[in-house]
Amino acid sequence: MAPLLQVKDLTVRFDTADGTVQAVSGVSYDLAPGETLAVVGESGSGKSVHVLAMLGLIPKPPGRIAGGQALFEGRDLLAMSERELRSLRGGAIGMIFQDPMSALNPVLSVGYQITESLRTHMKLSKKAAMARAVELLDLVGISEPQRRVVHYPHQFSGGMRQRAMIAIGIACEPRLLIADEPTTALDVTVQAQILDLVRRLRKQLGMAMIWITHDMGVVAGIADTVQVMYGGRVQERGPARQVFRDTRSAYTWGLLQSLPDHDAPPSAGVASARRLVQIPGYPPDMMNPPPGDPFAPRNPFATERCHSEVPPLVQAPGASPGHMVAAWYDLRTARAGAAA
Amino acid sequence: MNAVTPVLEVDELVRHFTTKDFLGREVHRVRAVDGVSFTVAPGETLGLVGESGSGKSTTGRLVLRLDDPTEGRIRFEGQDITHLNAAQLLAVRRKMQVVFQDPFSSLNPRMRVGDAVAEPLKSHRILKTAAERHERVAQLFQRVGLDPRFAERFPHQFSGGQRQRIGIARALAVSPRLIVADEPITALDVSIQAQIVNLFMDLQQELGMAYLFIAHDLAMVRFLCHRVAVMLRGRIVEMATTEQLFAHPRHPYTQALISAMPIPDPDRELARQRIFYEAVTPPREARLAEVEKGHWVLA
Ligand SMILES: Nc1ncnc2c1ncn2[C@@H]1O[C@H](COP(=O)(O)OP(=O)(O)OP(=O)(O)O)[C@@H](O)[C@H]1O
Ligand SMILES: Nc1ncnc2c1ncn2[C@@H]1O[C@H](COP(=O)(O)OP(=O)(O)OP(=O)(O)O)[C@@H](O)[C@H]1O
Ligand SMILES: [Mg+2]
Ligand SMILES: [Mg+2]
Repeated sequence: MAPLLQVKDLTVRFDTADGTVQAVSGVSYDLAPGETLAVVGESGSGKSVHVLAMLGLIPKPPGRIAGGQALFEGRDLLAMSERELRSLRGGAIGMIFQDPMSALNPVLSVGYQITESLRTHMKLSKKAAMARAVELLDLVGISEPQRRVVHYPHQFSGGMRQRAMIAIGIACEPRLLIADEPTTALDVTVQAQILDLVRRLRKQLGMAMIWITHDMGVVAGIADTVQVMYGGRVQERGPARQVFRDTRSAYTWGLLQSLPDHDAPPSAGVASARRLVQIPGYPPDMMNPPPGDPFAPRNPFATERCHSEVPPLVQAPGASPGHMVAAWYDLRTARAGAAA
Repeated sequence: MNAVTPVLEVDELVRHFTTKDFLGREVHRVRAVDGVSFTVAPGETLGLVGESGSGKSTTGRLVLRLDDPTEGRIRFEGQDITHLNAAQLLAVRRKMQVVFQDPFSSLNPRMRVGDAVAEPLKSHRILKTAAERHERVAQLFQRVGLDPRFAERFPHQFSGGQRQRIGIARALAVSPRLIVADEPITALDVSIQAQIVNLFMDLQQELGMAYLFIAHDLAMVRFLCHRVAVMLRGRIVEMATTEQLFAHPRHPYTQALISAMPIPDPDRELARQRIFYEAVTPPREARLAEVEKGHWVLA
């Protein structure tokens, strides 16, 4: 099957007064129709910027696409005019952004903002669009949608605004949904309901998704493929189960280690006696990133080469097909050596 | 009676939002907070979890006196602060800090982030010279896992998670007695979440500060909090020690919530069984009843 989206060597820079931020460096991947890709990783690793860049939504300047391609159904998004992009955004490509307060217009009612995309992309009448907006609010679990549809963003709680954003994102039944931390502001029962909804849409419409999140539990429940980013680069990518079970990047391993133990009994009062595992050191300064593997300075298993040369993303030795890692070290032998 | 005075006592707090038509007639009323009572002891972490839109943030804002209650009373270290004016609140504000849900709106875009963190040190006259403040800011940056050199930069140059750490550094600057933390780690990657949660625990142990910790991440609540209150439709439906709540949830909403906790393991997550609960607004006359020592359920 031809990929729905092919990202090739995407590189994004921000030229600021203090220097150039190397936000995204050489990111490449394919996304098949109907596939769900979860993108996880460090805060500031370029997760949001890499999708915003594809959609033509980074401020230029200071932003600049320094190289690469992003082929959506064969057409390069990075070479499109703003007009062409606008006809895709909110139509064939649905979007849910990280920050609903700044993505929603404070002076327009929530209902109006949902109907906007229905009217432009689906050519619905005003009345039909409003009816559909109510339906969408109901779908994302907002109670009394009839009454809520005329409210303004500030009258919604954080989680309700997030759900309004989700309603806008899925309004036109997109072929690709790009969601940047869409459920982090929601309680877990609503989150579960949203996940059920997008799973259903995925099945019914064959919708593909790029789902950016920090919640490894959500990743476990939704992702076909997981991509782990650090310092503007992909550190590891593979089938979800493999990335959890047969982790190959020291950064991914650090992330999984730092989660609170799901099975440990809660022991209130002695919290100070326990600690969560932290990854030592600081995230890199993306104006002066380390010359080699960006994670090397914090990686206890780093080899000399890790400090001087950027490792390419390649098939991990002995792992399932499609399980890729960017590492000069072999995490399996390094961990075995450390344990011994 | 409790021997120690609670840091925070909230008594039958109510906040209704009304919508009026052009004649000033009330057309609609949102009962955002509808009779909420709890206490937070010194050095304690109370988790506030529950439905999106159940009134958690509103409760936090009322406690901080950023919003005025329709009814009810708030006491801070024994002092009734419900009706204090802005001038009287100044002294209280130093001891009560906030970390917000939304890192984007909580920082002034035109202020260098180091100055934003130094600002409460200056306005509360804690450190008088710029050099002292500079040093303290560098320490605070290090504590929250940021390179101290970032102090010279502006908010737009940071990612969401980085900005949230700046907000936490600012709240910590004045060594408060209570921090109201409204989803403070939601925007952070899990390794930094671990760092911040460890930091919260360390500061609590060193300085005895209390937290009202509003969150959706139940795994983290279970790890960090001593007690947990569960909110639904403006009411607390259940409140208990963390062990009691997670081992023996009594209210059907709490049971549904706990059963919906995602598990970071694909095999277990896909096999997880959920308990469903069609949320209903608790009847107004319902009251919290103690079902076992320290474990309260709305009945
Ligand atoms: N307008 C801008 N000017 C300068 N630098 C920017 C700008 N926008 C983003 N950056 C930088 O680009 C890098 C990538 O940021 P991005 O928002 O993609 O991170 P992220 O992985 O989404 O993080 P988070 O998990 O915190 O949301 C960061 O180093 C950030 O500081
Ligand atoms: N200024 C306002 N005007 C009208 N209604 C409001 C206002 N602020 C909050 N509300 C309403 O009050 C209720 C509680 O909102 P609040 O933000 O406290 O919820 P929350 O529990 O923090 O939710 P979330 O988990 O989604 O952040 C919601 O129904 C919200 O729409
Ligand atoms: Mg982001
Ligand atoms: Mg809230």
